[in-house]
Amino acid sequence: MDERTILDAHELEINLGPQHPATHGVLQVKLKLDGERVLDAECVIGYLHRGVEKISENRNYVKCVPYYDRTDYIAAVSNVYGYILGVEKMMEIEVPERAQYIRIMMTEFNRIASHLLWLATHALDIGALTVFLYCFREREEILKLFEALFGARLTTHAFRMGGLWMDLPEGFVDEARKFIDDFPKKVDEYEQLLTNNRIWIDRTKGVGVISGEEAVDFGLSGGVLRGSGVNYDVRKQRPYGGYDRFDFDVPLGDNGDTYDRYLVRVEEMRQSRRIIQQVLDRLPDGPIRGKVPRVLKPPVGEYYSGIESPRGELGYYIVSDGSAVPFRVRIRPPTFINLQALRRLVKGLLVADVIAVIGTLDVVLGEIDR
Amino acid sequence: METVLTYVIIPFIKIGIVAGVVLLGVAYLTYMERKVLGHIQVRLGPMRVGWHGLLQPIADGLKFVIKEDIIPLRADALIYSIAPLISFIPALLVFSVIPFGPPQAFENLLRWVLPFFLSQAAVENVVKSTVATGGFVADINIGVLLVLSVSSVGILGIILGGWASNSKYPLLGALRSSAQMVSYEVALGFTVLSVLLIPQTLSLVEIVQKQQESGVWYVFLQPVAFVLFFVCGLAETNRNPFDLPEAESELVGGFHTEYSGFRFAIYFLAEYTNMITISAMATILFWGGWLRPFPNVAWLGFLDLVPGFIWFMAKVFVFLYIFIWIRGTLPRLRFDQLMQYGWKVFLPLALANLMVTAAILLLV
Repeated sequence: MDERTILDAHELEINLGPQHPATHGVLQVKLKLDGERVLDAECVIGYLHRGVEKISENRNYVKCVPYYDRTDYIAAVSNVYGYILGVEKMMEIEVPERAQYIRIMMTEFNRIASHLLWLATHALDIGALTVFLYCFREREEILKLFEALFGARLTTHAFRMGGLWMDLPEGFVDEARKFIDDFPKKVDEYEQLLTNNRIWIDRTKGVGVISGEEAVDFGLSGGVLRGSGVNYDVRKQRPYGGYDRFDFDVPLGDNGDTYDRYLVRVEEMRQSRRIIQQVLDRLPDGPIRGKVPRVLKPPVGEYYSGIESPRGELGYYIVSDGSAVPFRVRIRPPTFINLQALRRLVKGLLVADVIAVIGTLDVVLGEIDR
Repeated sequence: METVLTYVIIPFIKIGIVAGVVLLGVAYLTYMERKVLGHIQVRLGPMRVGWHGLLQPIADGLKFVIKEDIIPLRADALIYSIAPLISFIPALLVFSVIPFGPPQAFENLLRWVLPFFLSQAAVENVVKSTVATGGFVADINIGVLLVLSVSSVGILGIILGGWASNSKYPLLGALRSSAQMVSYEVALGFTVLSVLLIPQTLSLVEIVQKQQESGVWYVFLQPVAFVLFFVCGLAETNRNPFDLPEAESELVGGFHTEYSGFRFAIYFLAEYTNMITISAMATILFWGGWLRPFPNVAWLGFLDLVPGFIWFMAKVFVFLYIFIWIRGTLPRLRFDQLMQYGWKVFLPLALANLMVTAAILLLV
């Protein structure tokens, strides 16, 4: 408390969180304030630490899977997908085409659901109440689809080694089609409330600016990186699981501010819809599960499987010692790495902007703390 | 006997009615807000307590009463406990001068009721005075000033409450609200002033009567002032998009973070009462108070069958709806932007509007 502020008053230190409605979970940010201006911000994490990586060292490869549902619980499907792709790569398991298509479809549905939740809470933080409930209305439809196929809405345990647990249930394709046909109108609705709204622009433009170069230096990924205009999407750079078969654009921002990140993510929802549409149009028949040995014992070695989760590059670095239990699983959580930019982004801004920046980084504490 | 009746008994009955109507109105304003917001957001709002949730405000009130009243250990207990009242009492006091109806609103009623108790001459004596017959508690010649000054006392309650909590978030909230309300009051005052130039009176009743004489509501003469008044009113009452003092996502709850139980409820009552005040003031200053639409067009005379109270309430209701509608649509401004709008946009506009009005009135 020795540092003096411009007006020669003591600086005010407040705890934003861990019990705070806008920190999206149990994130604690220690803010040093001069009036309302932020002098410094320090993130305190770990309130949700469950030791998922360590637990994985004591379970066999199959039994690990449900734990990854619970890291990034908003994008459970993507998280399981990344791990399963890694193990399949280690074991050289062939996945039938139909299963690949369905996996991509469900992952993209998950991306939309995750972005909807992000938009909902981000808008709510900035005070737009109604967008919140509109987004949840659509997310509900997606969760119903999840329930139909996976039997669960949030912690889905979506995929199995070599394919899927079961084929699409009856009527699923029609429901999915109905959703994606309506969806662009719904996105227009959100945009109508926000994109050209003077207050929304005032609140987000020029807030939390980070240049592309700096974003790369920080190791940021996902919408945060693309908002700064860096064209990096794992789906395009290192296509996995059959993504190279589908057309989609990678939206990019110009200024790297909160507004651009908003535009990028909204456009990503539209692109995800495009991918789902192509999947539904070209969905092949066939088996949904490849040949998988009863006990998975990958050969000795180190493997990395990176996918584009809704929040950025999600990596699984798996070390095998030849036994049925992984020697080490290290997760590269995109939001953990994105969050480190918070301090850099909020310095000199106002308290209200801190909330906007936390929102735009799209953090999920389950993944940060693991 | 007549004097006591005219100046004590009847006014007290009216005070009781006004206080009752306002408090009930406030309670049901919370219900209306939840219902309207609910339907804007494709959900139903309260549905469980009573038919379509109609008893919800009563249930809420009861809940607040039975909740524990917590006073933080380090708080300044005395100021902490009276601060909500400092907010609420002025908010209610303002209604003493708000005219809900014309000066002769109760004349027929009194002429019908009083002969049961008094002689004919005494009845005439009572009915002569607008204190007895008027659709208001008091008609004083500085009504507008009273509304503006008394309602700004309410800010004290917020500042004191935030300060006395001895906690960081409420302090920030209180600082914000004091800065915000003080700066918007300036612009608000100037917009009111530019209206007052036309009727040249500060009595709220006379302002409406002048609108009747001239046959035009002042909103058509002062559209800019009306918009400014309404926006500044939003800021004055801490409503979205200016609800920074209690910005839930930033300051948890703002100045009332530490409050619980009925003291918390009193802050809310004060806020909603202020909403009604601003709506009522907008109605009186700009939309002709209790007057029917086109007050001087004779063939629309059948509209007079609807009493002035109803017209007044209907207009207030429309403004309250707009308050809620705005809340359901707009995000929240940031604090520095809010101050910028207040001092760099609204105040110059209000001043310019005042100058133009004065110049025109001088020339015409």
